[in-house]
Amino acid sequence: MSAQTYYVPEQSRFPIFMAVSLFLLVMGASSTINNLDNPDSNSSYILYAGLACLFTTMFFWFRQVIKEHLAGLDSNQLKTSYVYGMAWFIFSEVMFFAAFFGALFYVRSFAVPWLSGEGENGVGISAIGLWEGFESSWPVMTTPDKGAEYALAEKSMAWPGWGHALEWLPLWNTIVLLSSSVTVHFAHIGLKNGDRKKFNRFLGITVGLALIFVGLQAAEYYEAYVHYGLTLNSGIYGSTFFMLTGFHGFHVMMGGFMLAVMLARSVFAGHFEDHDHFGFEAASWYWHFVDVVWVMLFLFVYIL
Amino acid sequence: MSLKYFQNLPLKIFSPLFVFASPMQADWFALNMTRGVTDISNEVFELHMLIFWICVAIGVVVFSVMFYSMYAHTKKKNPVAASFHENHKLEIAWTIVPFLILIAMAVPASKTLVKIYDDEAGDVNIQVTGYQWKWQYNYLEDDISFFSNLSTDMDEINNLVPKGEHYLQEVDEMVVIPAGKKVRFLITANDVIHSWWMPAFAIKQDAIPGFVNTAWTKVDKPGVYRGKCTELCGKNHGFMPIVVKVVEQEEYNQWVDEKKQAAIKMAELTTKDWTAQELVERGESVYAVNCVACHQTNGQGIPGIFPALAGSDIVMNQKDKNIEILMEGVQGAAMNSFSYLSEVELAAVITYTRQSWGNAENGDGEIVVPKDIVDYKKPKI
Amino acid sequence: MSAVIENHHDDHHHGPAKGLTRWLYTTNHKDIGTLYLWFSFAMFLIGGAMALVIRAELFQPGMQIVEPEFYNQMITLHGLIMIFGGVMPAFVGLANWLVPMMIGAPDMALPRMNNLSFWILPFAFFILLSSLFMEGGAPNFGWTFYAPLSTTYAPPSVTFFIFSVHIMGASSIMGAINVVVTIMNMRAPGVTLMKMPLFVWSWLITAYLLIAVMPVLAGAVTMMLMDIHFGTSFFNAAGGGDPVLFQHIFWFFGHPEVYIMILPAFGIVSHIIETFSRKQLFGYSSMVWAMLSIAILSFVVWAHHMFTVGLPLAAELFFMWATMLIAVPTGVKVFNWVATMFKGSLTFETPMLFAIAFVVLFTIGGLSGLMLAIVPADFQYHDTYFVVAHFHYVLVPGAIFSIMAAVYYWIPKWSGNMYDERLGKLHFWLSFIGVNVTFFPQHFIGLAGMPRRYPDYALQFADWNMVSSVGAFLFGVSQILFLFIVLKTVMGGKKATDQVWEGARGLEWTVASPAPYHTFTTPPKVD
Ligand code: HEA
Ligand code: HEA
Ligand code: HEC
Ligand code: CUA
Ligand SMILES: [Cu+2]
Repeated sequence: MSAQTYYVPEQSRFPIFMAVSLFLLVMGASSTINNLDNPDSNSSYILYAGLACLFTTMFFWFRQVIKEHLAGLDSNQLKTSYVYGMAWFIFSEVMFFAAFFGALFYVRSFAVPWLSGEGENGVGISAIGLWEGFESSWPVMTTPDKGAEYALAEKSMAWPGWGHALEWLPLWNTIVLLSSSVTVHFAHIGLKNGDRKKFNRFLGITVGLALIFVGLQAAEYYEAYVHYGLTLNSGIYGSTFFMLTGFHGFHVMMGGFMLAVMLARSVFAGHFEDHDHFGFEAASWYWHFVDVVWVMLFLFVYIL
Repeated sequence: MSLKYFQNLPLKIFSPLFVFASPMQADWFALNMTRGVTDISNEVFELHMLIFWICVAIGVVVFSVMFYSMYAHTKKKNPVAASFHENHKLEIAWTIVPFLILIAMAVPASKTLVKIYDDEAGDVNIQVTGYQWKWQYNYLEDDISFFSNLSTDMDEINNLVPKGEHYLQEVDEMVVIPAGKKVRFLITANDVIHSWWMPAFAIKQDAIPGFVNTAWTKVDKPGVYRGKCTELCGKNHGFMPIVVKVVEQEEYNQWVDEKKQAAIKMAELTTKDWTAQELVERGESVYAVNCVACHQTNGQGIPGIFPALAGSDIVMNQKDKNIEILMEGVQGAAMNSFSYLSEVELAAVITYTRQSWGNAENGDGEIVVPKDIVDYKKPKI
Repeated sequence: MSAVIENHHDDHHHGPAKGLTRWLYTTNHKDIGTLYLWFSFAMFLIGGAMALVIRAELFQPGMQIVEPEFYNQMITLHGLIMIFGGVMPAFVGLANWLVPMMIGAPDMALPRMNNLSFWILPFAFFILLSSLFMEGGAPNFGWTFYAPLSTTYAPPSVTFFIFSVHIMGASSIMGAINVVVTIMNMRAPGVTLMKMPLFVWSWLITAYLLIAVMPVLAGAVTMMLMDIHFGTSFFNAAGGGDPVLFQHIFWFFGHPEVYIMILPAFGIVSHIIETFSRKQLFGYSSMVWAMLSIAILSFVVWAHHMFTVGLPLAAELFFMWATMLIAVPTGVKVFNWVATMFKGSLTFETPMLFAIAFVVLFTIGGLSGLMLAIVPADFQYHDTYFVVAHFHYVLVPGAIFSIMAAVYYWIPKWSGNMYDERLGKLHFWLSFIGVNVTFFPQHFIGLAGMPRRYPDYALQFADWNMVSSVGAFLFGVSQILFLFIVLKTVMGGKKATDQVWEGARGLEWTVASPAPYHTFTTPPKVD
């Protein structure tokens, strides 16, 4: 049988292990979260066990796939399947972010103005004087129930004006992330030209930039929590701000981890050929996707 | 917990069948929407009938052709099938014709909708607030405010006595509105989403906590009209009906005066000297209306959802905390603020819980009087 | 692990492994399809049993057998289990069995992921069902879980519910990616897009919808989780959010979701009607365009579930018109089916009976859907049994009937045995009568004014509720017959030919019955 036949793996125990890991993970996560204010709870052990199982399974599963690939079992058609699969996975991620962006647009254009008595749906609110004194603005200055007055505009994450541009972390973050997209592209070119040194060097730089980004983001969160009092509890501005940037940051970590694995594969195992390196390509697509999301974030969360 | 549900199973199933076979009305003919009592609701009814008949007609045409081929084109009668599988003219026709039919439906529908949309103030403006599981009505101009609770007897619901005519559609206090006047409802909610539905007026508006929807009506015919909550709002969603009484203007004015008098009487009660006994008596009924739904008649609550008040340390020993919980509610829990109750009601219900189910014996047994509530409400410096 | 690689060459021609591990470790699309189908049937029985609890309680006015609190848990779990556990996995199972065989592929494109997407499901539903035994009870806020009833006012089990929805979503997305990739990448030479069987087309579009909206559902439950446990205010006006935001996000998922549950049915019915009319399907390409239009339109109609939440007038008008438009492509499909039957050479075997009932009863459900789209009228229909009647007409004699039709139609190919035609017809007639007795009267009850999600009701609704409950039990019992027929067929019976049905077309009928464990290891020639 030639390698050009589609490779249908026989029996595999990874999927069921993965399913069990996920089960442990979500059971653990649910009971941990439900027991957050119960110091005696041991639920988090289930969560950790689930995570450990998940990563172990993934490690062996990917190792197997790589082995099969190196053994020449993959046909071109199968590689195309991986390409399509990754593309559609990224599309699903786009839709996940779309939900949060949608929420942001909705509250900014509708909910917050209505709550302050503006527009068609504000008529009733102003008629009975609900949320008296609440004024529409973005970032929201005080929440309608005046529970969180600390999300003051000058202390939000919004654009501080040219005078303070250099102190503004999001700008640095943008520069870092955009350059990392360029460096990962250089790495790709290096690989395509068979220049492994260039590949390793630029991939290394990319991973480094990813780390810097995460570090800056952490600094920004620290700033927000400790100095501005802007938290998850600060009403809808804090909610959208932290959820959007938080999920993005989480994706940066995943993407950075993927790139780091690719780097390790190249450096320690000499994987990837100039014409055959989908593992790396998938990771770099993912990285570009994370980058595009950031550009959207920068625009809609920070600037506008 | 689930065992409890099945305890009286046989009794519960069969008792209504044999013992208390309710006076079933001949409702086999309740097949269609009923025409309402306002211009708008009549228009909606006409619209409903129009689209209904259009749909019936489409169904008849489509199904006739289909049934005809099922009859005429069986393998027996037509052993060799025809071979056509395309016909562009036909396909274009059955794309365009439905489109035209849709326009014929959309035009009157849009017109009616535009007419319904009107958020100008009315002659009478009533704020309607949904609570788990009752409605509050606030007459904005007249400072009248009251709650409207289901008044059907629990025994009827549990099939222990025959059901009355207005089973589940009766309340302890109806909303009263004047005939021939434009009445605007400002609909909101205090906890979860409810929905205020009065079929006879063709009004159905969701009551959204933190937002206010408007709806209006003008009813010419005096009468009593019944509606329901139509958004799932928890356990007693099925048990928070709406009853509107439309009366002539004169009668309405009279009603307004009575209501105002009653409010003044209530204020006087606050300053009176209360005995524990009086408070407990009064508190029992307040409790039955406002608290049983969650904390249950025996004060045991429902484990895991609603805490027991019997034996609760807060109820037995922490008078101030107890008042605070009732006035402020508990953040993030179903226990909402009850500060809208009168001082007398609050004092009574707290005293009642502190004196019942053995709480007085096991706790400090102190009572709360209306003045305590008044003091709590005073600004603290 | 490397053993797999070494043995690979001979393994490929072996039949299935023996014992339990065959099912646990399998990467074979037929095995996985079978797992999906049995799983969904089990869920259908459990969800159905809950429906019977509902109908038993509603048999008469007054509280009979359950408490209102428990009633709410029943409707919630019934809706969730039927949709996510009954209908969706059944369609994925059919896709697994049929798509590779219809396009001449050796298997699904990503077989190991295929196994994973199935095995997540039993765990997800285990979590969901176990919430019944948790403190505070199971989720009780309806399958639409509107905030804040599902956030601030929810029982603690809501956290488990959220995570089980998360992994169900992951399963659906992986399943859908697999289908898309299979269809895009694995077609035998000659199977061009416009030559693809309609079931494959319907699934391509469905999979696209799934990948687009399941992540949005994941976003919605994530926001709930944050609101409940971490202090955010997405759905809380006091913090500047809006409970209605939840509904927008939910229905942005929810409306495409209902087409996810009907498009594969359209595909199935097209095949069956073509076969038993012994005549080429009328208007193949317009069928494809109709499905595409429905899918695209489905993204811009979500707020028709929210006509009473107080949308601005312009939004009400837009969503009314957009929703009504969907009648046009759906009508094209119905007309095409009728035109296929017209001048055909019809016989009425069980699959055909189910397919015809599908066309008639789905159309009735669709027409009542159209009535719901008319905003002023929806003010009267919304959240009454009229809506319940509408969606059960499109879901039970719609989605469920199409699944049963598919099972009767393809089971000879799967098992190699013919089912018992007499019993099949009996099952059909019992189901047909049962379904109509159950759900037709709900139109009356709804128009007369009975709200949905009510454990108890006013007396004027009593008579038709009783009829509906009787119908439900009739329909429920007939499904035991279905189980019996399927088991009987799997265990033995008259051997089926390869062609099975006189008028059947398509690649799956060219392989042996039962279909060998591996089909099309070398691509067939198609012209
Ligand atoms: C498989 C599932 C399915 C399908 C296919 C549909 C199809 C449709 N649905 Fe339905 N719907 C649901 C499942 C489904 N629905 C569910 C589950 C709910 C309730 C959710 C909940 O709240 O819990 C719901 C609720 C629902 C509502 C909200 C009601 C309310 O809560 O107030 C509305 C309103 O517009 C609606 C409309 C429609 C329309 C217009 C179609 C159209 O696609 C129908 C198109 C078909 C036809 C029209 C018939 C055939 C056409 C012809 C013969 C051509 C000629 C016709 C004309 C020119 C008119 N549906
Ligand atoms: C595909 C989806 C699907 C399907 C197939 C069904 C099937 C049925 N549904 Fe369902 N239903 C929904 C989706 C579905 N439903 C949804 C989404 C809701 C809304 C939920 C909400 O409000 O949130 C709903 C709500 C709903 C209500 C409204 C409840 C309320 O608003 O208060 C009712 C009431 O009659 C009902 C009845 C039925 C019945 C009788 C069936 C019958 O077809 C069922 C047939 C019965 C069986 C198949 C049982 C067979 C089993 C046995 C005989 C016993 C064997 C038992 C074991 C061994 C376990 N359903
Ligand atoms: C909608 C349901 C609901 C209603 C109605 C309700 N409660 Fe509660 N109540 C709760 C819940 C839930 C809690 C628990 C709050 C928490 O601590 O999380 C609670 C807590 C309490 C507590 C504190 C008990 C303790 O030991 O922590 C008191 C006292 C109390 N309620 C009194 C009342 C009184 C008096 C009424 C009526 C006037 C009432 N409640 C009506 C749901 C309700
Ligand atoms: Cu209030 Cu339902
Ligand atoms: Cu819809």
